[in-house]
Amino acid sequence: MKKYWSFFRIRFIRGLQYRTAALSGMVTQFVWGSMEILLFRAFYQAAPENFPMTFEALSTYVWLQQAFLALYMVWFWESELFNSVATGDVAYELCRPVRLYDMWFVRGLAVRLSKAVLRCMPILVFSWFLPAPYGLTLPGDVKIWAITILSMTLGLLLIVAFNMIVYMSVFYTVSPQGIKLFVTSLAEFLSGSVIPLPFLPNHVRAIVELLPFASAQNVPFRIFAGDITGPDLTISILKQTFWLFAFVLIGRFLEKRALKRVVIQGG
Amino acid sequence: MNSIRLYVIFFLMHLKSMMQHKVSFFMTLIGQFLISFNVFLGVYFMMTRFNQVKGFSYSEVLLCFSITLMAFTLAETVFRSLDTFETIIGNGEFDRILLRPKNSLFLVLCSKVDLTRFGRLIQAVVMLVYGICYSSIKWTPLRCILVVLMILGGVCVFGAIYLIFACLCFFTLEGLEFMNVFTDGAREYGKYPIGIYGKTVLFICTYLVPFALFQYYPFLYLTGKSDNSWYSLLPLFSVLFLIPAFLLWKFGLKHYQSTGS
Repeated sequence: MKKYWSFFRIRFIRGLQYRTAALSGMVTQFVWGSMEILLFRAFYQAAPENFPMTFEALSTYVWLQQAFLALYMVWFWESELFNSVATGDVAYELCRPVRLYDMWFVRGLAVRLSKAVLRCMPILVFSWFLPAPYGLTLPGDVKIWAITILSMTLGLLLIVAFNMIVYMSVFYTVSPQGIKLFVTSLAEFLSGSVIPLPFLPNHVRAIVELLPFASAQNVPFRIFAGDITGPDLTISILKQTFWLFAFVLIGRFLEKRALKRVVIQGG
Repeated sequence: MNSIRLYVIFFLMHLKSMMQHKVSFFMTLIGQFLISFNVFLGVYFMMTRFNQVKGFSYSEVLLCFSITLMAFTLAETVFRSLDTFETIIGNGEFDRILLRPKNSLFLVLCSKVDLTRFGRLIQAVVMLVYGICYSSIKWTPLRCILVVLMILGGVCVFGAIYLIFACLCFFTLEGLEFMNVFTDGAREYGKYPIGIYGKTVLFICTYLVPFALFQYYPFLYLTGKSDNSWYSLLPLFSVLFLIPAFLLWKFGLKHYQSTGS
C-alpha cells in the first residue's frame, strides 16, 4: 500500500508544477461557465415551463462542472501510457514489484486530482459571489455535503476505472486511435458534459441514466444542486457503486489476460 | 500567380504525406466528426425541448451553427501553422523560413495544412444543406451570396485571431493557452446566434473581436428578422480585422530575436 501512496504523491506533486497551465485553464473555465449559463438563460427565457430543473440548480451544476472539469473529463488520456504499450516500454513497468493496474490507476487519480486542486477554488469562490440565480448555491444541509463528497469520489474512481479499461484494451489492439476517439465522444455525451442529462427527452434519458457514464459527474453535481433527492439519491449512489465495481473488475480481468500472453519484442 | 502555384504544390505535398498513414488519417477524420457531432446532439436535444430560442427556430440555428463551424474549420485547416507557431519558433524552423526568398508569413502558412479537420467540415456541409432546405428563408441570389460572404468573413476573422496568437509568440516564445477562448470558445458558442447571449457578449463580439459582424447581424438580415440591408455588408467589414492583425505581425517580425539554439 505504501508504495502506491508514494507513487501517488510523486505524480501529484509533479502535477502541481504546471501553474501557468492551470491559470490559463482557469480563465478558459470562467469564460466557458459564463457562456454556458448565458446560453441556458436564453432557453429559460424562451420557455421556462420546459426547464427540467430550477435555474439555481442548473447554475450550480455548470459551475461545479467547470471547477472540477479535470476530475471528470473523459477526453483526458495520457499518451505516455498508450505509447509505452505500443513501443514496448511497458516491459520496464512490468519488472517492478507492483501491479500494473494499481500503479496506473493511482497515477490517473493523482494527475486528475492535482489538476483539479489548482483550478477549483478560484472558480468556486468566484461563482459563489455571483448574484442568484447565476451563481453557485450551497446546500444548507451538512448531510448533502457529505453525500456529495462521497458521490464525487465514486464518480472520479469510476472515470479512472473507465480509462483503465481503455488503456488495457491497447494490449489487444496496439493502435489506440480508433477506440480512444469513438469511446471518448460517446462517453462525453452520455456523462452529461455536453448538456446536463435532465435536458434530454424523457425516453432517451431513462436509458442514458441506466448506463455507467451517467454515474460520473451527473450524480454528485445534481445531488449538490438539490436536483436528486429522496429515494433517487440512494439509488443513484448504489448505481455508482455497482458500475465502479463492474469497471474495476473488467479492467483487472483485461489486465490479467493481457499480461498472461504479452510478448515484448526485444530490441 | 506564382504564390498560388507554390501553395498548391505545398498542399499536394501535405496531402501525400498524410496519405502515407491512411488508417490513422481516416481515424482522426472520424474522430473529428464524432467530437463535433456531440455538439450537434446537444443543440438537437435542446431545440426539441424548447422549439425556439429568442425567435430562432431549429433549422435557423442549424444554419447559423453550420456557417460558424465551416468558417472555423476552413480557417483552422489553412492557418493551423499559426496556431502551433510556438513550435516553429522553438525548433528554429522560423529562422530557416526567414532565409528563403519569399514572404515569411506565406511560407509559414505553407508549412502546415491540416486536412484531418475535414471530418468537421462534412458535418458543417450536411447542416448547411439541411438549414437551407428546411428554414423558412426565401432564397434569392443575394441571400445565397450573403451566406458565402458570411463564411468567408468568418474565415478572415478566425485567421486574424490565429495571426494575433502567432504575433504574441514572437514576444513570449511560448503558446498562450487561454487565447483558445477566442477560437474554441467562438466555435463552441457560435453554434447559436451570438445575440442570444445578451447585450454584453454581443458588445464584445461586435467591437472587440468582430464575431457578430459575420455571424449575428448578417444572420438577422438573412432570416428576415431585420430589414436593415446594411447588415448584409457587415461580413465585408469583419475582414478589416485582418489589418491590425497584419500590422501586429509586421511589428512582431521587426522585433523578433531568434530563440538562439
